[in-house]
Amino acid sequence: MAALLSVSNLSKRFRGLKAVSDVSFEVPAGAIVALIGPNGAGKTTTFNLIAGVFPPDEGAVVLDGRPITGFRPDQACAAGIGRTFQIVKPFGELSVEENVLVGALAREKSLAAARSHARTVLRRLDLDGMAQRPARSLTLPDRKRLEVARALATRPTLLLLDEVLAGLRPTEVDQMVEVLRDLNRREGLTILMIEHVMRAVMALSDHVVVLEHGEKIADGTPAAVVADPRVIHSYLGAEDV
Amino acid sequence: MLTRRAIILAVLLAAALVLLPLVGDRYVVSVVTTVLWFAYLGQAWNVMMGFAGLLSLGHALYVGLGAYVAGALYLYAGVVPWVGMAAAMAAAAAAGGFIGVLGFRFRVKGVHFALLTIAFAEVARIAFDHLTFLGGSGGFFLPAHDPGMADDLLNLRGSPVMFYYVILALTVGALALARGLLHSRLGYQWLAIREEPDAAEASGINLFRLRMLAVLISSALAALGGVFQTFYFSTLFPEQVFSMGRSIEIILPAIVGGTGTLFGPILGAFILTPLGELLTFVVDQAGMDAPGMKQLFYGAALVAIVVFRPDGVWPWLADRLGLVRRRGEDE
Repeated sequence: MAALLSVSNLSKRFRGLKAVSDVSFEVPAGAIVALIGPNGAGKTTTFNLIAGVFPPDEGAVVLDGRPITGFRPDQACAAGIGRTFQIVKPFGELSVEENVLVGALAREKSLAAARSHARTVLRRLDLDGMAQRPARSLTLPDRKRLEVARALATRPTLLLLDEVLAGLRPTEVDQMVEVLRDLNRREGLTILMIEHVMRAVMALSDHVVVLEHGEKIADGTPAAVVADPRVIHSYLGAEDV
Repeated sequence: MLTRRAIILAVLLAAALVLLPLVGDRYVVSVVTTVLWFAYLGQAWNVMMGFAGLLSLGHALYVGLGAYVAGALYLYAGVVPWVGMAAAMAAAAAAGGFIGVLGFRFRVKGVHFALLTIAFAEVARIAFDHLTFLGGSGGFFLPAHDPGMADDLLNLRGSPVMFYYVILALTVGALALARGLLHSRLGYQWLAIREEPDAAEASGINLFRLRMLAVLISSALAALGGVFQTFYFSTLFPEQVFSMGRSIEIILPAIVGGTGTLFGPILGAFILTPLGELLTFVVDQAGMDAPGMKQLFYGAALVAIVVFRPDGVWPWLADRLGLVRRRGEDE
């Protein structure tokens, strides 16, 4: 498979602190890749570098053969990157449908076409029953689904999911896993996800990239990665090995 | 969505406003003219704050620039106000655009952006105090209209009733424009920026461009209100026109009525201005010399709103009177 996203030698420093250091990996088209690692490993920073929140100090981001390094977030979105936020950011005073409508307006100039696309996405994520409710009234699991719906409505070629399963109950995790798997299999959507819920990582991802202290320490199939001594050490601490 | 009851009420209110000069006396007409003027200016301010989430505390700047530019063009070059208003709007939009570029390029946010808008209004106040060819601190005056002459709509010289209809048309026009904007692609994208700029940007919205658009439209609309001011009052003093107090008077109706709502600025102006007038009247009748009473009243009104109806009076009233369908009810 050809790489849809290619990240090479990405580095980012915040006031001398190396948040991301020389990280390279690829996301093949049609794949689900998980980005894992302990807190503070630089996962969200890596996401922000890809999605254009800030430019990298060094390195390059290439989407579908096109360099997008240093793009602003709206340009990254236009290029085909949809993202969710770890700390959910709904448009609180807008209705659920209007939230998704804003996402759809990224590609659709006409309000009617965008609304119809938004409704399709709402049904897809099982949010159509609460379409007219203000987004601020939603529970956390519903807000997480709304994040996914809004990102999906921008018709991304690559979906970046930042811990969309954190804080969900096991049944809710299973539902979301099912939705994501379905999007990936049926529509060929490529997904890069930051995830702590290992059960979901194992169930969903074709490939896992592990970060620690801003550096990549492992990269491989889920089974190979969890067997990697460095990963075990990083996750569980030395005494458990 | 408005209910049928709301539409009937709106039609009745519109009819009452159109017929008012036929039944009301001069004083009532002049009070309602002021009400509509503040409703109009509140609507203009609302485009920035209510729609795009940009707090301007210096809107007097745009109103004042519009007022002086159209007034000077008329007095010194004989340019009719309907043409001068284009220059007035362009001048205010240029000032707004400059503040916008400074603010948005250098990521001046929230309160600091608001301070920037105050600073520019203050600079204008001091500058116009010293522009002697525009009267400086002594004031800028248009020749008064001869009450014996017929209304001259082209030159905006005429009776209070003519001005009443002009500001009524402007207020209705601004309402229609605001409604159109709010229900457009641009409107939804503005609201997204207001609610969560980061998520808006990630949804493909160019923050700089859309924020600039909000400032340009809002400042140009405010300038049109300034043109009205020049020709209606025929006098301009920098100390009033560009004052912080004027900026606050512009934003209060929108806040009291409901920031971000279409009818909030209008309702707020209808609540505040008559009460302020009444207060002035009562204080005068009582023979008291208390020039700060109106400001005190506005301050109290603001506190009351912030404490009891932080969303403004309109959302509450509309819900109470059944003027809007609740979210989730069938359209």
